[in-house]
Amino acid sequence: MPGRLVTWGWLALLAAGLAAPFVVYPVFAMNVLCLALFASAFNLLLGYTGLLSFGHAAFLGASAYATGWALRSWGLPPEVAVLLGTALAAALGLAFGALAIRRSGIYFAMITLGFAQLVYFLVVQLPWTGGEDGLQGIPRGRALGLLPLDDPRTAYWFVYAAFLAGFWLLHRAIHSPFGHVLRAIRENEPRAVSLGYDVARYKLLAFVLSAGVSGLAGGLKAVVLQFASLSDVHWHRSGEVVLMTLLGGMGTVLGPSVGALLVVALENYLADTGSWVTVITGAVFVACVVAFRRGIVGEVRALVRRSFTGGKP
Amino acid sequence: MTQALFGQLFLGLINGAFYALLSLGLAVIFGLLDVVNFAHGAQYMMGAFAAWMGLTYLGVPYGWALLLAPLAVGLVGMAVERTLLRRLQGLDPLYGLLLTFGLTLIAEGLFHHAYGNSGFAYPVPGWLRGGVNLGFMFLPLYRAWAVGLSLAVCLACWFVIERTKLGAYLRAGTENPKLLQAFGVNVPLMFTLTYGFGAALAAFAGVVAAPVYQVTPLMGSSVIMVVFAVVVIGGMGSIGGAIVTGLGVGLLEGLTRFWYPPASSVVVFVVMALVLLVRPAGLFGRER
Repeated sequence: MPGRLVTWGWLALLAAGLAAPFVVYPVFAMNVLCLALFASAFNLLLGYTGLLSFGHAAFLGASAYATGWALRSWGLPPEVAVLLGTALAAALGLAFGALAIRRSGIYFAMITLGFAQLVYFLVVQLPWTGGEDGLQGIPRGRALGLLPLDDPRTAYWFVYAAFLAGFWLLHRAIHSPFGHVLRAIRENEPRAVSLGYDVARYKLLAFVLSAGVSGLAGGLKAVVLQFASLSDVHWHRSGEVVLMTLLGGMGTVLGPSVGALLVVALENYLADTGSWVTVITGAVFVACVVAFRRGIVGEVRALVRRSFTGGKP
Repeated sequence: MTQALFGQLFLGLINGAFYALLSLGLAVIFGLLDVVNFAHGAQYMMGAFAAWMGLTYLGVPYGWALLLAPLAVGLVGMAVERTLLRRLQGLDPLYGLLLTFGLTLIAEGLFHHAYGNSGFAYPVPGWLRGGVNLGFMFLPLYRAWAVGLSLAVCLACWFVIERTKLGAYLRAGTENPKLLQAFGVNVPLMFTLTYGFGAALAAFAGVVAAPVYQVTPLMGSSVIMVVFAVVVIGGMGSIGGAIVTGLGVGLLEGLTRFWYPPASSVVVFVVMALVLLVRPAGLFGRER
């Protein structure tokens, strides 16, 4: 595809992101941005490194609780609180990742799920997390000391800026030599080992990066929604992020965001139908796995490539 | 003091027996089909619900439920294998995990829609009511029966898989399905039956569990997490390992509940982390 077209495409997306709060309900748009960032971070592992983490809710949720706590009880400014949550998630990622990458494939998925469950039970049991009710009444505060985040549009642009920073970081990581090594590991791990790469270190670094950006998403979510709840650490959330990535297209830069938009819209739209949301989410999941594993962006990309190469693969 | 300790230990033994049954079913399915059956918890829940529905709507007694509920869930499992799981053969086993995760959401959502969050009690059948006072603890008859029955089924499975010709086919299938097919064994049929059997085993555990716990749509999702941890701790290599680890984890939970109750739901995952530090392949596992 011609490079200039791609640049214009990105600029159009950027502008659409800036204009979003004038078109849709800002809280909805912010929720989409947070989960899009979360799914993009998750995709760094699944789509580019070939690691299925089934416990990513732990990073999102732990950071949401930590950020909420720092805002509410310590009265820290929002940007500091979010960074604190991000750091906690990254540290958690380092601890869990170091143990989990000792196994691969299915075992990796189950181990990450186990650790996420550990975090879930801790959040349920700890005295300051509010148990079943979650952490409520988190103040949004003023970003950088002057931007009042209680104004929904200001809050949106704050989240949008953080989203762009996180997204850009992931984008840079994917298209750097580091990202190429990750893809080499995904394609053929023994080959990457024999080429002399310290595969364990690369995997761990990817895991920590992914956990950290997931934490950024979680912290932003706590600021935006003004609460942190058990559903953010629950394994359903870990499954949901897999669905977003799969639906949008894993291993594509935009796929997870498209998936997040669709899943959040779906849940928003179906919220009144109660448990049918779960049923329909599950059905979409099954359809993705059985029928179109490339996801929406993956299918479109394949279509575009085919038309540009004149039908040749 | 001792009463309470033995009480918790016994409760741990019951939980452990269910963990053993469930991780055994997971191991059998994973061994042959290379599928991590995330739906195992949902199948366990469906077994308990099938028993409860049978009793409530049709008056099916416990004894028959023990037979019919696993049969029904097993048939559903076979249909799932035929129509969906089969399409994923040869792909990364992660897709099997994701597919069964989606199925779990569907099953849980449907039961949640129909029956809500509140649990139902399944009465202990008349011939298993009451209990015996052993002096150091009171032993409810049904619970003793639940442990005994679960362990008997575990041992029977172990015997069939490790010591009979049918088991030899299964083990051969896990090593090399193509070769087994060349010997004239209908391997696709074997896959279907194995998945159905695994699902039935989970449902069986659900029926046995129904009088002990509340029958709720989410009863499977909390158990399956622990069972996954059991599998990681034990390593998915051996049937015997699944049984021993399941019981061990149950007892450990019981002990923790006696000494420091808040930690009882966490201790399994802490043990998982410790085992991973020392033996990444699990206690009974082989690197594969």
